[in-house]
Amino acid sequence: MTHSASLTQPGNDTDATTRSVILSALLALVLLASMGLSLSLGSFPTSFDQIAHALTAPQDSDIAFIVWELRLPRILLAVLVGAALAVAGAILQGIVRNPLASPDVIGITSGAAMAAVIFLALFGTGLSIHWLPASALLGAVFSALLVFLLAWKGGISPSRMVLVGIGLSAAMGAVTTLLIVISDDAAAMVAYVWLTGSLYAAQWQDVLGMLPWLLIAVPLCLTYARHMDAMALGDHVALGLGVNVLRSRLVLMACSVALAGAAVAFAGGLSFVGLIAPHIAARLVGRSFGRLVPASALVGALIVLYADLLGRVAFLPKDLPAGIFVSGVGAPFFVYLLHRSRKRLH
Amino acid sequence: MPSIPAKPPRLTGEALCAGYESRRVLDGVDLAVAEGKLTVLLGPNGSGKSTLLKTLARTLIPSAGRVCLDGKDIHRRNTREVAQRLGILPQDPSAPEGLTVQQLVGMGRFPHQRLWRQDAEQDARAIREAMAYADVTAFAERSVDALSGGQRQRCWIAMVLAQETDLILLDEPTTFLDLKVQVDLLELLSRLAHEHGRTLLLVLHDLNLAAAYADQLVMMREGRIVTSGAPEEVFTATNLKHVFDLDAHVLEDPETGSPICVPHKRQGSHRRAQPVSHQRCVS
Repeated sequence: MTHSASLTQPGNDTDATTRSVILSALLALVLLASMGLSLSLGSFPTSFDQIAHALTAPQDSDIAFIVWELRLPRILLAVLVGAALAVAGAILQGIVRNPLASPDVIGITSGAAMAAVIFLALFGTGLSIHWLPASALLGAVFSALLVFLLAWKGGISPSRMVLVGIGLSAAMGAVTTLLIVISDDAAAMVAYVWLTGSLYAAQWQDVLGMLPWLLIAVPLCLTYARHMDAMALGDHVALGLGVNVLRSRLVLMACSVALAGAAVAFAGGLSFVGLIAPHIAARLVGRSFGRLVPASALVGALIVLYADLLGRVAFLPKDLPAGIFVSGVGAPFFVYLLHRSRKRLH
Repeated sequence: MPSIPAKPPRLTGEALCAGYESRRVLDGVDLAVAEGKLTVLLGPNGSGKSTLLKTLARTLIPSAGRVCLDGKDIHRRNTREVAQRLGILPQDPSAPEGLTVQQLVGMGRFPHQRLWRQDAEQDARAIREAMAYADVTAFAERSVDALSGGQRQRCWIAMVLAQETDLILLDEPTTFLDLKVQVDLLELLSRLAHEHGRTLLLVLHDLNLAAAYADQLVMMREGRIVTSGAPEEVFTATNLKHVFDLDAHVLEDPETGSPICVPHKRQGSHRRAQPVSHQRCVS
């Protein structure tokens, strides 16, 4: 993290850099502690040393099973999904130069949702549910490509992308709703839970499926951190500084689509994380992209982790989808953001 | 006085045609930007001066003709490489909320920075010098959006200076600023050209300031260059009428000898016939 901080801030505002590095490190510690907390809570009562024992010297016991097969993959997936959505949101807000941008706005989430619901409607619970993430990811990529094609006019203008994305989201949302209405109750139930966003029954293969996306897309978008900072000054200034605006936008968009698509594929429609997390992170470390991305990832991970934790333990014996709590936190925050931007306009 | 031979121009445009969407603005323009001098593009609204600047800066791609930088087609060159030789300050730039002056000026180092090669010392030096030259060092930690118009513009100029390019193109850098601020900025830019040998190309709106500070004046009308040369040669009443449809006297600044225009007033010209000590009835 120190490395990326120095990449984007040569010169002597080291105070701001040091402060943001410390804050990011603190966030990371908080995240680790929260993961530990989440591991120790659940429907089956466990204590800290039982968990520690199961982690370090696992034996064939109930506790070990709960820790290794039930809780740990779910917690890890929550962290990965939260981080991915947050970084996708940070990228989009930077490209579109609008603080209200998020993967939902560009139609990625709706595309994945539509694909997932089509899958469920067509194959019900017949075809292995393992293929659901793949179809959702395809849907995300498909809708992103569609947005790009429709918004292309000698280049990509951020505002056109947003407009096309909103329109496409609406259309795909309509298809999704139609499918849910006409399909049977069982499939509709699964679809609804999926749409809300849930980490229920997360498995190690989900974690392993999600991990490569983060490992590839996050470092890749960080190599364009300085480009992003330049583009924040406007296309013409960026061009003057020698940024290949078109190529940078394409690569960054691809990273954003990959991250959001994968996250949505594995965890469903967890909206708002991509919108809120970058804002919270910006308050802590500023808008310089090289610092914003790691901080957003940590904040996003924390949000989804706690949302999932609440879903698991707050309403025992029920296990509620994490998406409920993300929306519960997200909606008021969204209103607050709108209120703040209205004030600024006056 | 021995005449110093003029250095060959590094930035040239040949038979340029350019425009936006379907509207063609430039109609066959040839221009060689004089080396080490301050050249001003002047013309009425819609004459194509901004379009020409943007085309020369490679931010606009011409539909016909070509732009050459150091003998090579500018669009064939790597854009980062161009940015090391040519700096641009577009019209009305805006900085994101909360960006500090130090951070903004630091962005000017982008073309010289690579992921695998970091020269923090060079960058720090260039940023320091740029801020000192533009006199914005005192604002280093302040937000750009919290500064006044003139201060902001100096910060943007500092950013371009940090880029350390021999050629600098500025699109209406003085519009909407107070006259004093405009003069200060033009003095700064003039020093850049004359004391530091940089090549500057400006689009200016104000006729008299252009005549006062330009080494070369390029007058444009309806997408074509009408005339170009030293202000003393081209800033004439005839040209002003032809290019701007302006009826004006052209006088000479008693101190510097550079031309100034004073528009004819149609209304109130009868007032000049009245004696100077004119009694006004006060009720």
